[in-house]
Amino acid sequence: MSALHTVSNRRRWWSHREIRGWAFVAPFLVVFALVFLAPIGYAFYLSLYREQAFFGGNTFVGAANYVDVVTDARFWDGAVRVLEFFAIQVPIMLGLALVAALAIDSGRLRAPRTFRLVIFLPYAVPGVVAVLLWGYLYGTNFGLAGDVNDLLGTAIRPLSERWMLTSIVNIVTWEFVGYNMLIFYSALRTVPEDLYEAAALDGAGPLRTVFSVKIPAIRGAIVIATIFSIIGSFQLFNEPNILRNLAPNLIDTHYTPNMYAYNLSFGGQQYNYSATVAIVMGVITAIIAYVVQLRGSREAL
Amino acid sequence: MKIGHRRRFRRLGAITAALAASSLILAGCGGSGGDNGSAGSGAKASPQALDAALKKGGTITYWSWTPSAEAQVKAFTDEYPNVKVNYVNAGTGNDHYKKLQNAIKAGSGAPDVAQIEYQALPQFALPGSLVDLSAYGLDSLESDYTPSTWAAVHVGDGLYGLPQDSGPMAMFYNKDVFDKYHLTVPKTWDEYIAVAKKLHQADPTKFITDDPGDPGFATSMIWQAGGKPFTTDGKKVTINFQDDGSKKWTSVWNQLVGDGSIGQIAGWTDEWYKALGDGTIATMNIGAWMPGVFESSVPGGAGKWRVAPMPTYDGQPATAENGGSTESVLKQSKNPALAAAFVRWLNNGNGIKPFLEKGGFPATVKDLNDPSFVNKPDPYFGGQPVNQVLTAAAKSVVPGWSYLPYELYANNIFGDTVGKSYLAKSDLNAGLESWQNALVKYGNEQGFEVNK
Repeated sequence: MSALHTVSNRRRWWSHREIRGWAFVAPFLVVFALVFLAPIGYAFYLSLYREQAFFGGNTFVGAANYVDVVTDARFWDGAVRVLEFFAIQVPIMLGLALVAALAIDSGRLRAPRTFRLVIFLPYAVPGVVAVLLWGYLYGTNFGLAGDVNDLLGTAIRPLSERWMLTSIVNIVTWEFVGYNMLIFYSALRTVPEDLYEAAALDGAGPLRTVFSVKIPAIRGAIVIATIFSIIGSFQLFNEPNILRNLAPNLIDTHYTPNMYAYNLSFGGQQYNYSATVAIVMGVITAIIAYVVQLRGSREAL
Repeated sequence: MKIGHRRRFRRLGAITAALAASSLILAGCGGSGGDNGSAGSGAKASPQALDAALKKGGTITYWSWTPSAEAQVKAFTDEYPNVKVNYVNAGTGNDHYKKLQNAIKAGSGAPDVAQIEYQALPQFALPGSLVDLSAYGLDSLESDYTPSTWAAVHVGDGLYGLPQDSGPMAMFYNKDVFDKYHLTVPKTWDEYIAVAKKLHQADPTKFITDDPGDPGFATSMIWQAGGKPFTTDGKKVTINFQDDGSKKWTSVWNQLVGDGSIGQIAGWTDEWYKALGDGTIATMNIGAWMPGVFESSVPGGAGKWRVAPMPTYDGQPATAENGGSTESVLKQSKNPALAAAFVRWLNNGNGIKPFLEKGGFPATVKDLNDPSFVNKPDPYFGGQPVNQVLTAAAKSVVPGWSYLPYELYANNIFGDTVGKSYLAKSDLNAGLESWQNALVKYGNEQGFEVNK
């Protein structure tokens, strides 16, 4: 150790192992600091002040913005809604994705590549386009929903108060089942062949293999997909924000916490309060994601 | 879901970064936007200064979504080849304002000249983002414009633009629907209610009109009813939706919203255009710029629609402005004299001709009285000379209206408050009250003294 030390001491400073390491990660660190740490730091700084949109006036208010957010009914209205969305949407989406991945992995499909591609395809459609497309289908006067209602004599109005969240769940599921299927499928491909052989020797049927071998083997991937989905759910923005054009009274400016933050800053120039909302929501998301990860990895052991 | 989350996150990051950048710049040069232009000081420049600026030439940037903007810019540069105009369509309405607001906050990047709707003008003029054009003697042009549009380009004592167009309201009605159900064209709101109920009972899929809850429409309706819910005097603002005008309007509109004889299809959507074309919507009380929209976006309605004066409470002509824009010069402009000269050319000079050719509805008295404009038959409206009705409407706008100095914010939260009443088909007055409460709270937080 000491010999190594003297050797490295004799070398020039830039060839020092540690510094060389830093040099390699520096480009990343610079970008990371610039586009990730700096904005967060700045948002935090903003959240401590209150600036008036008219007639200037910027005052330090300490934690007052945080107190306001925590007691803001509009914020919690959105937060509870994304929680509800998460509770309904994520199990459906991941369940469907898992079934699809297992089906492809089973090797019993006639055209697995086509199947895989078709399920994945919606993911390739840009989010905004996807929502516009569904917006047309949901129209009850001239859209597909109207035609279906005429045909079946039903009165389902996807853009009404009763159905709106379900309609958004449907869009997001359609968009992201393929992506999650791909995560699960690639995890399944890495399951060692000998596990299947051992299961077969023990007399396990296909169903038993799924539940006792395949699913436990990809638990890590399921936890990861769940965490991504939590983050995605809590940041719900695109879908309701575009559907707002079709149902402006139903989807209000605080329909989701992200929409609330957006409308506060760009509709009302309340940048400070908006930053506070974003930070509080970020912390809540991080806590829930962390809890899921802890639980997930503990069960994996 | 991964990329989805990342995409959203990246956007949030971008927004935060943009905010960061803009506010840093703002901090760096706070207050410097005040009076760097020659117009800022007390010294009055004359219209000759504008002529000199045109002669000298230069480059200006112009943001607008007016359909004729491109044609106007071309005509202008043909006339003044040593002036270069960078024309940018930065989006329509709110998209445009968001970008404009960001550029103003950033302290750079704003255009020299921007289109601003009358309702949004105070929001930009009050914080001192616009140049007072009376410094160039443009206040002498008063007699060229209708009183309502001339009032609309003033905030306090300042003149913050020249009127581009006007939107006096009239009632557009689908004659086919009226004939089929033997309806008579209503002259008063009481008659309108009777027609609405008769139509909706005869065919529940037909609606007298479509109103999903629109802040621009609601404020114009209150305007027509004689309401003056907003008054501003410097920092002091009064908001009162419990005045007689507002109540007059809700007492009529509640009856129609309550029993569902008004359709609630969101405006400017595909469904809305279709509903205008196929008879689902029987009338629209809307600004005089509507013929252009009909002709370009509702081909199915050709030959069916007609125009009549807007119904009133007492049968006497009374109307309100609905929409309409001005062009304003930004304080950030490095060449405000040239920018002001461009504005003068657009809305008081040769720019009006290309504007009218694209179907615009003018604010200039001369054009509103021009027989070739007034009496021109419009084939879309079955040959009716619609401008006879529309120019008459321009003369019966109820005086004394002003918008809230933060009308854009107010519009943004309309759906959260009044919109909920529309959704529940319940008392609009209650919705107006919660709108008022939210606006009072916001105004007081943002530096105004509201209802104090």
